[in-house]
Amino acid sequence: MSSIIVYYAHPGQNFSRANRQMAKTARGLDGITFVDLYAEYPRHDIDVDREQARLLAHEVIVFQFPLYWYSTPSLIKEWQDLVLQHGFAYGHDGDKLAGKSMLVAITAGGSYEAYTPKGYQHYPLRTFLTPLEQTARLCKMDFLPPYVLYSALKAEEETEIAAHAKGYGQLLSALRDDTIALPLPTNHDVLTAPDLGTLLSASEEG
Amino acid sequence: MTEFLLLAFVFLIAGVIAVPIASRLGLGSVLGYLIAGIVISPVLAALGVDVIAIQHFAEFGVVMMLFLVGLELEPRMLWNMRARLLGLGGLQVVGTTVLVMAVALAFGLYWTIALAVGMVMALSSTAIVLQTLNEKGLMKTEGGQSSFSVLLFQDIAVIPMLAFIPLLAMPELMDLGAEAGHSDAGHGDDHHSDGHHDDGHGPSLSLVAGLPAWAAGLVTIGAIGAVILGGIYLTRPLFRFIAMAGLRELFVATALMFVIGIALLMTLVGLSPALGTFLAGVVLANSEYRHELESNIDPFRGLLLGLFFITVGAGIDFGLLFGQLGLIIGLTLGLIGLKAGVLLVLAGIFKIEGQDKWLFALGLAQAGEFGFVLLSFTVANQVIPSPLADQLLLVVALSMLLTPSLFILFEKVIAPRFVTSQERDADEIEEEANVIIAGHGRFGGIVNRMLRAAGYTTTVLDYSAGHLDMLRSFGFKVFYGDATRPDLLHAAGIEKAHLLIVAIDGKEQINALVHYVRENHPHVKIIARAVDRQHVYDLFAMGADEIIRETFDSSVRTGRSAFELLGMHPFDAELVSRKFAEDDRYILKEMAMVHDPDIPISENEAYIEKSRTLMAEREAQIFGKSKAFDLDSDRGWLPPSEKDVQALVSGYDKQSTDLK
Repeated sequence: MSSIIVYYAHPGQNFSRANRQMAKTARGLDGITFVDLYAEYPRHDIDVDREQARLLAHEVIVFQFPLYWYSTPSLIKEWQDLVLQHGFAYGHDGDKLAGKSMLVAITAGGSYEAYTPKGYQHYPLRTFLTPLEQTARLCKMDFLPPYVLYSALKAEEETEIAAHAKGYGQLLSALRDDTIALPLPTNHDVLTAPDLGTLLSASEEG
Repeated sequence: MTEFLLLAFVFLIAGVIAVPIASRLGLGSVLGYLIAGIVISPVLAALGVDVIAIQHFAEFGVVMMLFLVGLELEPRMLWNMRARLLGLGGLQVVGTTVLVMAVALAFGLYWTIALAVGMVMALSSTAIVLQTLNEKGLMKTEGGQSSFSVLLFQDIAVIPMLAFIPLLAMPELMDLGAEAGHSDAGHGDDHHSDGHHDDGHGPSLSLVAGLPAWAAGLVTIGAIGAVILGGIYLTRPLFRFIAMAGLRELFVATALMFVIGIALLMTLVGLSPALGTFLAGVVLANSEYRHELESNIDPFRGLLLGLFFITVGAGIDFGLLFGQLGLIIGLTLGLIGLKAGVLLVLAGIFKIEGQDKWLFALGLAQAGEFGFVLLSFTVANQVIPSPLADQLLLVVALSMLLTPSLFILFEKVIAPRFVTSQERDADEIEEEANVIIAGHGRFGGIVNRMLRAAGYTTTVLDYSAGHLDMLRSFGFKVFYGDATRPDLLHAAGIEKAHLLIVAIDGKEQINALVHYVRENHPHVKIIARAVDRQHVYDLFAMGADEIIRETFDSSVRTGRSAFELLGMHPFDAELVSRKFAEDDRYILKEMAMVHDPDIPISENEAYIEKSRTLMAEREAQIFGKSKAFDLDSDRGWLPPSEKDVQALVSGYDKQSTDLK
């Protein structure tokens, strides 16, 4: 059993379809700490001590958010700036997060094709997540392959989004129960719901 | 009665006319009063007024002034001054006495007379010097502080002098000694020969008369102890008791009673009343009633000192002066030169430098009002012959008359040469409190806590005695008083304040305070609390820098909490509240532009028109959409539509094609 905390950050939840379903799924899972960051800190007044205590109490740290301008919503950035303190998360004596895992679960408006050298986003989606990956590395954490929904704006709620949310729930449960061995990410790897299906069935067989 | 009114009117009109003119000409109020006195002296002579008697009465102004000086001086500061007080003061008095005595001996006076003259001339004028230093803002400079130390020592030194002078009595030297009957200070060693009711100024009551020395000493120490302990333990309950009545004049009466009572007690045990009230002032310097006392006593001090200066001017005997013009002027200038010389040497020893040295030397170079007292005392005790005393009286008065011109000399000629060094010193003379908070209720109290937590020094004024007790138990430093009174504001240091926070209740009081400060102290930034929307406009028109509606922020927060409890996402609730507050401020500001405090709203066409337009806008917003607030801030979180994405894609494709 691994303890998991999900940090959900979405400033416009009224307009969300994919993230809302994902959040609902995650919130309903047993043994998982679910935090709606914008609900806890509507005025961005992050309680650093409390957040650090939360990190210490969990082994897998999940950030769930819609990709905004190739990055996180601003509250996650604020959270990182304040909580990942020198001496706590990195630097001299900063090994409190060592050995923990970080999972990023994001939704992207652009399609898979858009995130190719010929697409309008030009770079693979994975490239835009480099800062998060390096953050994990500096904190001596494992950076798990990001769980991604492409074309989130176009996705049908009943089919694609539902499947993605369900996969999300399965992924979190498997991480909680230590029943899945995720490959260490290479520069280009992301996980989508179909990828996950393959992986999960492989784990079951193994 | 008519005579009294006439006399009062003559004095008042002389002061009212002369002082503003003198101030306008940069001569200072003291010279104005002195000149007024000279001008009205023929009138007073014609009315047969006893100028000297009035002068003795007016000397009480000096007592009040020392009380006020004491209030400004915390015990710790007084202790820090001890070296200067004893060293500078002691050497000044001894040095000047010896030198003046030497000169007098050279003039062929007998040594007892010469010594008495030396003591008379060693004293400077506390009244003129402190008044002028305060007026010119020089009190906190090194020169000002040194001058004050010397003056304080002199005031203390008067007491042993009064005890010592009778020992110098040489009746056989008194050619005209018979005139010596007009003493009013006959409390020396002659009490056993029923000498106190020898004049028209009333019998000298005394608590220590006839007691053996040790008992007299005990009584004296007891009296000083009573002043100090009373100051510490009795004033607070007394003032709280007075405050319950809520009558302003009772406070004035209490303050006066206080000062007069102490002065009386000191006189009864043969101590200087000025010294006693000074001590009481020091004891009360930490009291929360300090500013209240200050503002109540200050007008009386001002009037009495003014009266005193007028009598000095009026007391100059021009017949005698013009009879011996050369001699008197020569003596006066010689005295000023000699005193200034001694002070310059002392300044050198005590390392007072730059312009402070000159301020110190020139400021204290005159003889003072205690000189008058000592002279009449010496005549009464047959130490100095009366004709000589008359000449010396003239020298003392003339030296006082010349003092303002010495200050002008300092200001116009000497100080400009030291401008750079003065700039460097500016930090030290800065008064520490620069934020005044008027009102320390639930509102002002929080503001005060915030400012103090951040390390700012605040002066708090509040009008509720019960409240003050509560605050005291939390360790806050607050002062009792009605913040809307200009004199209290002055006592709290409004001239040097950077910021005034108006946290008092009551629209009228708030308006009065803001109006007064904006008109008279335009440099002070004002944060004012508005009771309602209409009040915001009033304050806006008055020129308050920041206007805070007293319940607005808490109302908005309440609305936000309501949203949250009704299930709105906290971040949405935050955004909606912000939007609401912003909207409301916008409307308020728009309406303020067309609001005119002189026109009632019901008659203000522009206001009504504007209000209609804004209302229409709001209604369109409310009824035209499903939500009350069209959240601009939502724009950022609204995802792009599929159409937008398509546009992006096709735009990129087109660009790529173009590049090929």
